[in-house]
Amino acid sequence: MNSPSALSSGRSIAKKVIGTPSVGPLLVLLAFGVIFSLTNPRFLATQNLSIILQQTVIIGTLAIGQTLIILTAGIDLAVGAICVLGTILAGKLANSGYDPVLAMALAVLACTAAGVAAGGLIAGLRLPPFIVTLGILGIITAALRLISAGGAFSVTDAFLGWTGNTIRLNGFILTYGVIIMLLLYGLIWFLLNQTQWGRHVYAVGNNPEAARLVGIPVGRLLLSVYVLAAFIYGIAAWLALGRIPNADPNALQTANLDSITAVVIGGTSLFGGRGGLLGTLIGALIVGVLRNGLTLAGIDPLWQDLITGILVIVAVALDQLTRGKR
Amino acid sequence: MAAAASGAPVVTAPAGVILEARNLVKRYGHVTALDGVDFELRSGEILAVVGDNGAGKSSLIKALTGALIPDSGEILLDGQPVHFKGPLDARKLGIETVYQDLAVAAALDISSNLFLGRERRRPGFLGNVLRMLDKKGMRAEAERSMADLKFHLPSIGSAVESLSGGQRQGVAVARAALFAKKLAIMDEPTAALGVRETGQVLDLIRAIRQRGLPVVLISHNMPNVFEIADRIHIMRLGRRAAVVSPKTHTMADVVAIMTGAAKVEEPASSGLRASITT
Repeated sequence: MNSPSALSSGRSIAKKVIGTPSVGPLLVLLAFGVIFSLTNPRFLATQNLSIILQQTVIIGTLAIGQTLIILTAGIDLAVGAICVLGTILAGKLANSGYDPVLAMALAVLACTAAGVAAGGLIAGLRLPPFIVTLGILGIITAALRLISAGGAFSVTDAFLGWTGNTIRLNGFILTYGVIIMLLLYGLIWFLLNQTQWGRHVYAVGNNPEAARLVGIPVGRLLLSVYVLAAFIYGIAAWLALGRIPNADPNALQTANLDSITAVVIGGTSLFGGRGGLLGTLIGALIVGVLRNGLTLAGIDPLWQDLITGILVIVAVALDQLTRGKR
Repeated sequence: MAAAASGAPVVTAPAGVILEARNLVKRYGHVTALDGVDFELRSGEILAVVGDNGAGKSSLIKALTGALIPDSGEILLDGQPVHFKGPLDARKLGIETVYQDLAVAAALDISSNLFLGRERRRPGFLGNVLRMLDKKGMRAEAERSMADLKFHLPSIGSAVESLSGGQRQGVAVARAALFAKKLAIMDEPTAALGVRETGQVLDLIRAIRQRGLPVVLISHNMPNVFEIADRIHIMRLGRRAAVVSPKTHTMADVVAIMTGAAKVEEPASSGLRASITT
């Protein structure tokens, strides 16, 4: 017979493992990995795993900004649009003779400006993030179609495509873009977990009134979050040009769905104040693995969207059941 | 506290006055929230502030914590006139406030909540340049302060939402104790709590007094007030109707003064005399 203390300590260990935020998402990732490797032997090939990472770069990077915003109990529906703004501007400017470094810098600046607009409206006028970013999505999408006359164009500049360069590690092919994404994860993880700013992000998301009462400048903090997120979307635009040397105003249509799915599957609560970046990285990989595995299985991308949609609803439902009601 | 020799009880304790307000007036259009209220908190005491709804309790407390700027009158902290433009001003001068609605970030751990908004950074390069938090140092300090207050909590690293209501409010009270240099103001700290949990928080407030920090306790709960307060400041119609000692007055007396059923002699000076003629 088990002694009660051994039983309870065993249970508390189990509780701890389940309670550790990133364990659930990791199990989901492994489960998908096992399923896809059983159904298709090519799935686990080094080459395919490299491709999954590369395919995850854009959504994975966008999901960093999305995580910051969702941690403040906000949401960003303009994430894809801002990134596309970056690719189009950088491409247009470089193609019309601007120095490519300057072109990319201006593009990142324009993305950041979109974040200033969003953050300013949300923090200053206290408008709901959902509406503000939905409006920005509409504005940017329409503006991009106007300036690019609706068409995609190729961007062949070496600097703009630089992040597509690769290094090999034991047959594993890493693009510079993958490395930049991982560095960004490390940097923002540090900010969130080791600095006062990060702690205030959690506090503002969890209980803005309490945050205000202890003297945290809530408005300024929200603004900083939206600006930093949009800056990251600008970097993601550079990574996107490295992946596909093409600027397309109609690209990244599913970026909202995918980035929010990555964040939520990764265990960050839509109610704000809970979660973290490690979970988001795993969540982004889940989305990447899912899309890759379904593609290998020859399943239509529309079905992939459908399954991703189901996934995000299930994840949000779980969040609501476990943490929404307190 | 010595009771007066004859008839009218007088509560006098000429110990140092920490916070004083004189003749505070606050009007909202035709409504007079504060009608020349006086206030006096002495060192090392628990002063309860009681009054019916609309008697001006909250307005008084808001004025003392900087959440409201009075139209006229003056506030003195340690004898020096102060002018609060907002709650942060009061906090900077060492006045901490605990609110009734549990102003904690429940998803964060106890230590994070204690230091929320006042986080400490690591020394040297890590703190100054990388802006790294001194998590260990804050935890150690949090544990020390909890032990000081004899407030027992599970691990200082556990989330506040895993605590009971009393323990949560305890965290907010302990935060005030940790940072208050002059005094702590508790606005209905036990309003949302059960009997046992209320007891925990009252013990904590006593522990704070024992450390020499004066406490202003706003409460509706007469038994609690009589259990813990050294003096009771009674508000009525935007003024201070009386200050009495729980040793010389009964709950019925206090309620009578609160509701105006009992007349109170206007104190001649600031003698804080309260004689009741029913």
